[in-house]
Amino acid sequence: MKALQGIAASSGIAIGTAFHFHRGDLHFERHTVTDPVAEWARLAAALEAAQRQIAEISARAKTESGKEEADIFEAHALMLEDPDLLETMQQAIKGQSLNAEAALQDAAENYAQMLEILDNEYFSARAADVRDVASRVLRILLGIAESPTAGLTIPSIILARDLTPSDTVLLDKSLVLGFCTVEGGTTSHTAILARSLGLPAVVGAEPEVLEIPPGATLALDGGAGTLTLEPDEALIADYRTRQQAGAQLLARARKDAHVPAITRDGHRVEVVANIGNIAGAAAALAAGAEGVGLLRTEFLYLEHTHLPDEEEQYQAYRAIVEAFGSRPVILRTLDVGGDKALPYLDLPHEMNPFLGFRAIRLCLAHPEIFKPQLRAALRASVVGNLKIMFPMVATVAEVRVARMILEECRAELLTEGKPVAEEMEIGIMVEIPAAALLAERFATEVDFFSIGTNDLTQYTLAADRTNALVATLGSGFQPAVLHLVRNVITAAHAQGKWVGLCGELAGEPLAIPILLGLGLDEFSMNPSAIPLAKQIIRALTLAETQELARAALALDDVEAVRELVKRRVPAVNL
Amino acid sequence: MSQITLTIRHEVGLHARPAALFVKTARQFDSDIRVTCRDRQANAKSILGVLTLSAGQNAVITIDAAGDDADAALTALQTLVENNFVENHFGETG
Repeated sequence: MKALQGIAASSGIAIGTAFHFHRGDLHFERHTVTDPVAEWARLAAALEAAQRQIAEISARAKTESGKEEADIFEAHALMLEDPDLLETMQQAIKGQSLNAEAALQDAAENYAQMLEILDNEYFSARAADVRDVASRVLRILLGIAESPTAGLTIPSIILARDLTPSDTVLLDKSLVLGFCTVEGGTTSHTAILARSLGLPAVVGAEPEVLEIPPGATLALDGGAGTLTLEPDEALIADYRTRQQAGAQLLARARKDAHVPAITRDGHRVEVVANIGNIAGAAAALAAGAEGVGLLRTEFLYLEHTHLPDEEEQYQAYRAIVEAFGSRPVILRTLDVGGDKALPYLDLPHEMNPFLGFRAIRLCLAHPEIFKPQLRAALRASVVGNLKIMFPMVATVAEVRVARMILEECRAELLTEGKPVAEEMEIGIMVEIPAAALLAERFATEVDFFSIGTNDLTQYTLAADRTNALVATLGSGFQPAVLHLVRNVITAAHAQGKWVGLCGELAGEPLAIPILLGLGLDEFSMNPSAIPLAKQIIRALTLAETQELARAALALDDVEAVRELVKRRVPAVNL
Repeated sequence: MSQITLTIRHEVGLHARPAALFVKTARQFDSDIRVTCRDRQANAKSILGVLTLSAGQNAVITIDAAGDDADAALTALQTLVENNFVENHFGETG
């Protein structure tokens, strides 16, 4: 028995045999041909074959993994018939007598590079699609079997370096028990797909994964991020029990997604969503969200080539607030700078972007950026239940200045005769240890707190969350983080203020009982995590979780905390 | 030659589904159709060309069409863009 560690990307348990996904070698020689007309015909035939493959997998994607995946293949099909691409390739073959492989590669790579340098992330990401399409045609030209999954005949755990959309759609999902990849993070394609299919996945695993003998027995724990090679009987028995319990829990959770999260002893908490645009609003409502705990507003800024003006922002916020009716929507003001650059703002490059000139720091220094956003938010406040929160607050003075600017905007709007909600709650993100430590003082300045555990953890542990070498340090289960969370909640409650949490921790099954016991009032998470979180809360009592939280605070390390929860609340060990 | 100028209101811009619909619409016509955004120009029938325009939300595009069915092509593209690619706010096409 040997355990390999990776990043937990999609929770769940799988036990099965190892299957290696190899894409095959697409190496070819570049040469000139004597019969360019025949060469062009060869390429045209390959393009046609690729078109047929895509039509087939697009149909499969539509039924298996939903519209979004199917849309990717529709774009691939359009790329194959792209008149500009065809003309470039024809020119290379008929004009320069180049072989089909080289003509295809050159033309596709030219477009991929043009797309890659675009500053809008949505567009630059399409470079991967062009390369994906080109390698499909290349495989056909080189006579490499279409399917790297030909040997997949029994239910297996898929092992790979990394998987692209075209790879995963080839997989017969009824034969996939789970995924383990060496590359990728929690937002990689494999991770997203696994979560949408409800399959366990571990990503960023140790490279030894690629050397596992095919057919070996494996046990995958997506929630813990571990892959165990040749597990013993005790481990298998334990996994099987958890697997069954998890399946039952999830089935009930989905059925009861719209039932409120009230503990068995009658304590109600709010379960809300983290969203970044209007599409997220629809997903959140469908998943049973009772509002929005974190509306990231960066999308408006990152998608543009200019600073979005007040009117554009107003329209966008209004649509989202309206979609939620009387349910709360907490808008977080702009959180850019440092690692999230805006091309149209000339911000200096920083050595330590996470400790730099960003979020509220940048906004307070640039009222010409900050005020249009606040004015847009205030105007949108009349159509529903909008609250505003400021990110990256470190000092009380920052809150006071931010509130003053907000009041200025309100006064201006009223003078202009534009309606504004009479009352609006104002809060801050607690993600810098300074704010968590002085929560008592901040509580007199605001109406609520929302704890951002992702950043709070990296700042408290001094562990960069984008650095894999220190990834294990940066866990929200660190007793130091839990103590700060407790401090914030206690300080807020003492002054009649409420506390939410919008980091990954809020939707993590093992963390929910502790957070509930610490007195958290609002849990904000990705929409897909909502049904299960509500179900877990409904299965607990506040009294038992309070005792659990006390015990967790007394422990020394992450593993001890996780083990404690697994022991006391076996149902959440998914 | 006819020309129109439009603003892309769709949330993702001329990308993903909107881009696909745009290109498919353009391909229904024989005219030569060019689309310009800022300093870039592309063949409206080329998905790769259209994507390289990087026309995000609120981008202003100019479409030129030359040919027998130029006016019909422009009308069709204008309708598509102005109806926000026949998608509602939630990006659902049904």
